[in-house]
Amino acid sequence: MVENRPWLTFFTHAVLVIGVIIVVFPVYVALIASTHGPFAMGSGRMPLLPGDQLWNNVVEVLTETRRGAAPFWLMAWNSLWMAVIITAGKIVISILSAFAIVYFRFPGRVLAFWIIFITLMLPVEVRIIPTFAVVANLGLLNSYLGLTIPLIASATATFLFRQFFMTVPDELMEAARVDGAGPMKFFRDILLPLSRTNIAALCVILFIFGWMQYLWPMLVTTDPNYYTLMMGVKRMAAVQDADPQWNIIMAAVVMAMLPPVLIVIFMQRLFVKGLVETEK
Amino acid sequence: MDTKRTVFPSQGLPYLLVAPQIIITLIFFIWPAGQAVKSSFEREDPFGLATSFVGLSHYVRLFQDPAYLASIGRTAVFALAVTVISMGLALILAVAVNRLIRSATTYSTLLLWPYAVSPVVAGILWWFLFNSSTGILPYMLSFFGVDWNHQLNGTHAMILIIVAASWKQISYNFLFFLAGMQSVPQSLNEAAAIDGAGPFKRFWTIVFPLLSPTTFFLLIVNLNYTMFDTFGVIDATTTGGPNQATNILVYKVYTDGYIGLNLGSSSAQSVILMLFVIALTVIQFRYVERRVQY
Repeated sequence: MVENRPWLTFFTHAVLVIGVIIVVFPVYVALIASTHGPFAMGSGRMPLLPGDQLWNNVVEVLTETRRGAAPFWLMAWNSLWMAVIITAGKIVISILSAFAIVYFRFPGRVLAFWIIFITLMLPVEVRIIPTFAVVANLGLLNSYLGLTIPLIASATATFLFRQFFMTVPDELMEAARVDGAGPMKFFRDILLPLSRTNIAALCVILFIFGWMQYLWPMLVTTDPNYYTLMMGVKRMAAVQDADPQWNIIMAAVVMAMLPPVLIVIFMQRLFVKGLVETEK
Repeated sequence: MDTKRTVFPSQGLPYLLVAPQIIITLIFFIWPAGQAVKSSFEREDPFGLATSFVGLSHYVRLFQDPAYLASIGRTAVFALAVTVISMGLALILAVAVNRLIRSATTYSTLLLWPYAVSPVVAGILWWFLFNSSTGILPYMLSFFGVDWNHQLNGTHAMILIIVAASWKQISYNFLFFLAGMQSVPQSLNEAAAIDGAGPFKRFWTIVFPLLSPTTFFLLIVNLNYTMFDTFGVIDATTTGGPNQATNILVYKVYTDGYIGLNLGSSSAQSVILMLFVIALTVIQFRYVERRVQY
């Protein structure tokens, strides 16, 4: 801070407190709703203080399958698998292709780069029907492969690794070659260990990305055994009952959003690094 | 497109290394995109047995269709509102956090985590808050004489999705504004302070101009986000209703194609959106290159 202005500092804190309240408010209300019994919210006015039914609601979410959804633990398992496969797959294929593009000169290299670049321009939302048709023709509907493979190609991760490899000193690679190391040995023993932080940061971002997927799983799964949490909570909330059981729905929503939120809070430095560097 | 000074001599290996990425891209990106372009020029008979080339008629019909033109307008309103609101709030919060030293990390953590809330969940949360029978906001609004009903009132529905989508995007914009501000050299601020410039003058004449690359980058990213990633918000809240009031372009591609099975029209809409993303990407990359030199 350049100078001391107590009033401005007070004002700054006031702005931030209001900002935090705005940001936290919807989730706070959801948390409160998940601690009440089924009748607390029917009356038209939401209670704003926690009740004592949290445990019962959590147990009910975990044990009872709602109409239109699959068992909660199964959907959580599917979401986890989907996020993990997408994360691992994206990192593996993009680190390999970045390695090839930076450390080799081969005919078609520029073409390969542009093909990868084009993926940036084709978000899944704009090619819904034809991509669905491809996956259906390959017989991948209702499978983990169908859920994950179409989302795995990633230009941003490839660019991140490419940029990082360009900053690795050339001497390392020359020294390795003089010592007789082949490309894969160099990759495994020198490049991979150097990329550790980048990989970790990417893991955080990609896990969140995978966990949040909604449109794609909704298209390719008709079998409830492959429903993910994001689909499940939406289906629970959308049931056209006379009176949706908000306390149960909100308990499920809070549990479904918890894993990525905890990751952001506890791995904040990796998260910030990953987000700032992949998006550049 | 540079490589290293020296490279590995190798014939087959680099092809093997790029193969997984290229194959997946060709099968799941390039091929479907090509199919979308192809079927936007064709008409299928009702049984899917024969297709005939119809040229630009899907496009012509789209641009004569008042529903589509209205959807473009709504998308513009939605995208602009979300971009302005979420960037404006994020900038204010980032300026505030940047002034503080000790409590900056705490505030940052509290403001960052909504990034991890998915669009669907954001939609459900705000749907619950605005729900007319149990929600807390309609109850509060009723004191101001507002009879909130987003299930019947199109304007209310639009406000609902704007609020939900903006809320989710604040943390992303906040992070980038804060990172941008922290890279403004402190010496400039100090020099201006010695010359007698107050905090507001310093912000508008020094920090804000130096932030313009970040602002421009965020503008593009936010437009992209509102046009495509907000699918979940809309599907969880209004599903495009009431009476098409929140049926933005990307949601229309989905409803016309996947639910209405109007493949030709849906493909033409996909192609139009693709052109839009391509334009955004080109702008973004041309600008990024300029910034590297700057």
